[in-house]
Amino acid sequence: METKKAIISVKNLVKKYDDFVAVQGLSFEVYEHEIFGLLGPNGAGKTTTLEIIETLRDKTSGEIIVDGFSVDKQPQDIKQIIGVQLQAAGYYPNLNLIELIELFAGLYGANIKPMEMLEKVNLQDKAKAKYKALSGGQKQRFSIATTLINQPKIIFLDEPTTGLDPQARRNLWDLITEIRNAGTTVVITTHYMDEAEQLCDRVAFVERGQIIALDTPDNLIDKLVSSGFERKKEVKKANLEDVFINLTGQEWRE
Amino acid sequence: MQKDIHERNSNSPSGAGGYSNTTATLALAKASFRSIMRSPSAVVFTLAFPLIFILVFGFLGGGGTRIDVGITPGSDVNNPVMGMLEKTGMIRLVKDKSKAEFDKLLEKGNVDAMIDVHRKVNSAAYSVNVVYTSASRDKGGILKSVLNNIFYDKTLKPTVAEIKESTITGREYKTIDFILPGQLGFSLLSTGVFGTAFVFLSLRQTLVIKRFFATPVKRSSIVIGEGIARIGFALIGALFIILIGHFFFGFTLVHGALTVVNMLILATLGVIVFMGFGFIISGIAKNESMVPPISNIVTLPQFLLSGTFFSIEAFPSWLQPISRALPLTYLNDAMRKVAFEGLGLWDVKFQIMILLLWGIGIYAVAVKVFKWE
Ligand SMILES: Nc1ncnc2c1ncn2[C@@H]1O[C@H](COP(=O)(O)OP(=O)(O)OP(=O)(O)O)[C@@H](O)[C@H]1O
Ligand SMILES: [Mg+2]
Repeated sequence: METKKAIISVKNLVKKYDDFVAVQGLSFEVYEHEIFGLLGPNGAGKTTTLEIIETLRDKTSGEIIVDGFSVDKQPQDIKQIIGVQLQAAGYYPNLNLIELIELFAGLYGANIKPMEMLEKVNLQDKAKAKYKALSGGQKQRFSIATTLINQPKIIFLDEPTTGLDPQARRNLWDLITEIRNAGTTVVITTHYMDEAEQLCDRVAFVERGQIIALDTPDNLIDKLVSSGFERKKEVKKANLEDVFINLTGQEWRE
Repeated sequence: MQKDIHERNSNSPSGAGGYSNTTATLALAKASFRSIMRSPSAVVFTLAFPLIFILVFGFLGGGGTRIDVGITPGSDVNNPVMGMLEKTGMIRLVKDKSKAEFDKLLEKGNVDAMIDVHRKVNSAAYSVNVVYTSASRDKGGILKSVLNNIFYDKTLKPTVAEIKESTITGREYKTIDFILPGQLGFSLLSTGVFGTAFVFLSLRQTLVIKRFFATPVKRSSIVIGEGIARIGFALIGALFIILIGHFFFGFTLVHGALTVVNMLILATLGVIVFMGFGFIISGIAKNESMVPPISNIVTLPQFLLSGTFFSIEAFPSWLQPISRALPLTYLNDAMRKVAFEGLGLWDVKFQIMILLLWGIGIYAVAVKVFKWE
């Protein structure tokens, strides 16, 4: 494997909530320009880990460097170069999408055209709509638009495709791939393994606050197969999701 | 738990690209202002309520007639004239004030007339000297006819030799001159308290603030940006109320535009102090439904006791110390003095000082109980 430059490095990260240890000694690196997936069951500590890297939560111990900046000493510098989509977040009430983008442009000190940001996520028709009036998928797309405002080096997406229809998920994959191809590193969490397999260059499996596997999806699958694993049922040439996409077409759903 | 992280932030240099806190603050102020203007409850509290009260009182006028007649210091008090006046039930005799105090009251129309009764030299008959004020022509007129009746009253006639009358000029003090500053004060109180409490609680609960914290914005920018928007909104509301009062109900602005500016400066001070209550409430309320009851604990007593509708001098004496402890009392007082008596801000420095003291106390508490998440 060729040597790649790590843009995020996490060493021995520990996070305790009172007595409960949510993250117990995580270490991993994210390389520049890759799509890195954090996978694992509910409550494994994925969101906690992301939010500590994003400087939104304090860690108990460990060391985190993001693009050369330390989470402890230079959180402000880190905020400037990252874009963040939170698993749960709200937007300023009573404002339409254009106005919200303007607000974030001011908060980041970025000089952008709001309409162009909305076009990137195909929401230009909803420019005058309130965030509350968007569908689930549109909300996710809008959240992703807000992560791009400061032209970040890294974006963090916490379950961006949860609740989306299969088509909307695929379109979001395209968007995420485009963002990566434009030179941005992407860290993503998801509960969809097909998504991780298609989208991620490398994935880490987290369970009970520990990394239990970290590799490319291909390698992980090969390893499992070579250990003698076999699927119980012969797989058909297509599945129900293929039927859905075949029936409902390729366009963004409004 | 994030606290220390963010305090460290504010010390670190703002990094590459020259991040501007001012830009961020203004962006927030703009967003917040837009949001307030579209929020029905803010508009209702700040504008509709006060205007309704002003309309009601503006049209009602003074209500039931009661004429306050001051007894000139040195006047005879045990005479049939005064007895007759009191018997009418319309007239309240005001005693035990100095000449200087009476002159002020007379000029403002708080006292409708002065009466001075003396026994004529070498005679059993009385001489009655009445001074009216142009500040209260209507009531003066009523008093005049009452006195005329008394003068021709059979039982009294022999004892009263003459009634001398004169009128001093005072400014006309209308109901609106009392009601409007009170309503203005209350509008500022509700905007400051309810608005601030709701906004910060809901921004915290809907994780809007959390998303803000993922940007380089500083906490101070968030607070100041919200503050600018709220003060701006409150001042627009205040200006609107003052202008409607002035042009439709004859609200007195002694020095015109200068008076308006002075009132707006007082309004700014007032709303900043009241916002402190809002910060405290947003910190202690667990959810949105707890905001109105807690806010009412702050606003209702001031609404009732701070001279919004009635002069606090009309309250029983045991209540007056409570009234005199409330910040709105001093804002109302300063507003009335500035608007009607034409005083400058320096002349109401005592009221301003009390408001500042309240401000310091409130913000000292707010810093302790305010929550970011
Ligand atoms: N603020 C908090 N206080 C106390 N415990 C917390 C807090 N936040 C998270 N936890 C606990 O930490 C553990 C990890 O939570 P986290 O949100 O990181 O999980 P996750 O991997 O993102 O799960 P999911 O897939 O459901 O999003 C959970 O057991 C959770 O209950
Ligand atoms: Mg999560």
